[in-house]
Amino acid sequence: MTETTLTGRGVEHGAQLFREWFQQLTAGAERGQGAAYVFVMGSLCELLRVFDFPVVFPEINSLQTAVRRVAHEYLNEAESYGYSPDICGYVKADVAVQLRGGAHPMGKIPKPALAVCTNACNTYVKWGEIWQRMYGMPLFTLDIPGTRGAGLASTPGSVDFERDRRYVEAQLRELITLCAQVSGKRFDIDRLREHMAHANTMSAGWHEVLELNRSRPAVFNALSDGTVFLGVANGFRGTAQGAQYFTELVEEMRQKAEQHIGTPIDEKWRLIFVGVPCYPIFRRFSELFSDWGGVFVNSTYLRFASGGAHLGFRYDLAHPIESLAHGVLVGVRDAMDNMFFQAPALAEMIDTHSADGVVFHPIKSCRTVSTGLADTRRALMATRDVPSLFIESDLMDRRVVSEAQMKNRIDAFFEGLAARKHQEA
Amino acid sequence: MAYAAGVDVGSTQTKAVIVSAARVVTGRALTDTGANVMRAAETAFRMALEDSGLAEEEIEYVVGTGYGRYKVTFGNTQVTEISCHARGAVHLFPRTRTVLDMGGQDTKAIRVSPGGEIIDFCMNDKCAAGTGRFLGAAATALDLPLAELGPTALRGERPVKITTTCTVFAESEVLSWLGKGKKIEDILLGVHESIASRSIGLLRRVGIESEVTFTGGVTRNAAMVSTLNRRLGLTVNVGEEAHYMGAIGAALFALDRVIATRAAPSSVEPLSA
Repeated sequence: MTETTLTGRGVEHGAQLFREWFQQLTAGAERGQGAAYVFVMGSLCELLRVFDFPVVFPEINSLQTAVRRVAHEYLNEAESYGYSPDICGYVKADVAVQLRGGAHPMGKIPKPALAVCTNACNTYVKWGEIWQRMYGMPLFTLDIPGTRGAGLASTPGSVDFERDRRYVEAQLRELITLCAQVSGKRFDIDRLREHMAHANTMSAGWHEVLELNRSRPAVFNALSDGTVFLGVANGFRGTAQGAQYFTELVEEMRQKAEQHIGTPIDEKWRLIFVGVPCYPIFRRFSELFSDWGGVFVNSTYLRFASGGAHLGFRYDLAHPIESLAHGVLVGVRDAMDNMFFQAPALAEMIDTHSADGVVFHPIKSCRTVSTGLADTRRALMATRDVPSLFIESDLMDRRVVSEAQMKNRIDAFFEGLAARKHQEA
Repeated sequence: MAYAAGVDVGSTQTKAVIVSAARVVTGRALTDTGANVMRAAETAFRMALEDSGLAEEEIEYVVGTGYGRYKVTFGNTQVTEISCHARGAVHLFPRTRTVLDMGGQDTKAIRVSPGGEIIDFCMNDKCAAGTGRFLGAAATALDLPLAELGPTALRGERPVKITTTCTVFAESEVLSWLGKGKKIEDILLGVHESIASRSIGLLRRVGIESEVTFTGGVTRNAAMVSTLNRRLGLTVNVGEEAHYMGAIGAALFALDRVIATRAAPSSVEPLSA
């Protein structure tokens, strides 16, 4: 295959997979088929697919309303229904989707037959309770013991970790029973192995793709292209399509790295993104950086919002349930640590990806992701002499996105980078 | 002799400055921005030329700054007012390490290196609380001209507590204090305290390091200067040119370009995206 056919394939194919996914969801909704509602941080797709649940990611549904520039309609509807402007925009857009009977700009979303959440985000639990009140379906909350100490506590191999793993395993066995009850299908451990094998391929691929962006120039933009890859990592987790996608993505990125093919941007500055993208002006937000030659070479979003899939963790297929518990534990923990204990991970990213600057993007919608960013920034600046930018907006609500003010700050950040480079020269 | 100009198109007023090769201000001008931003930029520039006694062709490079910087159509490039205020402040007060710029619509705290490069900056977000507009709202509510705010506040003894963080609601809060029989002087002192408090919050986010230079339109308000001095526990630098600091910084960036282009034309990199 030639260079021209590989470059850009991942983005194009990812968008196509997304369209197909929503077509399938629409078909399921039309048939009245109930779905499993899950979240990106600990989706347990590998297990849910054993019972043939169509999998719905309400976070992805919501962000798609923003990318398609109709989020305000959904937010307004939820607010008119009584939800406060201060509540997470993802939740409100989803509430409006439910109030509209599943009507979504990409199709129709099936109703939940079951919802599964972890404690990685406190809003997950309250969000799941909304569906419970609406539909009366079961909500399964998986309690993941956190590390609460920058990955220092309860590491794999320790007695404490094994206790935590068993605790998660016991919960997974309860979930299996619940899934069998709701779906009316027997649990097939070989099918679980099959989905876990696909997840292994995807996780290894995602890990390598992120590592390949150490190349100069970067082989993909972590803010724009990376978000497409992330969508596939979540939406197709544990599927043959997902495994094939990541196998091909690795092939594309390896080739780009070998041939020094970068993004379409003339790379002048290598940046790290911290937080969640500004979806209401997704393309423009990216352009505000790329206009200056700024390329995002890594992003915490690609880690925590992949539920830890970036770790490249491989399930032990000889012991699937035990290993699933292990994988969920390390993956979700890492996702949480990437929100709560970011400074060490960011310092490492700066070194490995040769970053010139770090962009912090706290959002009004999510206090979980945003509250500690000012502290993280201070802690990082104390260990690395790398300029950083702090800009605040939202992931959904364009009423709090001021493009002119944002541009002013971003322009000043790049002026500072240029002045610094000039002085160093 | 080389000359360069900076034009700072702010939300309320537009300032233009011309500097000589010796980095001395040779002309300056100020006009209300109004609705026609391009015309305001041109007017300020022409007035500054007149003030300096120079002809337009003698100006080799023009940098636009401020929110209307892209409307300085006769300019050669644009630089943000964040960089320009930092540059101007360090030029006029070389020991400056922290800059507080209080303009009509936003307030910026900027930490700078000894060389004048920005280390960090922070601004008010999406609302005009803690800016000159907040003072404007108080002036409207009290039916006082802007120039009277400072002298009146300086006569205050017992500042009222302004709790609102919204410029629009500030007006109603001022009226409610009037209704309670508070003196205008004390209400205005309270307004100044409130703005100073928000500004110091921004300064703390970037880290307050002496010397602190105060720039922007609100520097002309003596009560704000004294309130900041008292609450910061230091004396902020306020020059006669403080209102023009953004335009001065822009003119200095323009002069850099003139000098660099003369020295090595091919090595000059663009200043803006």
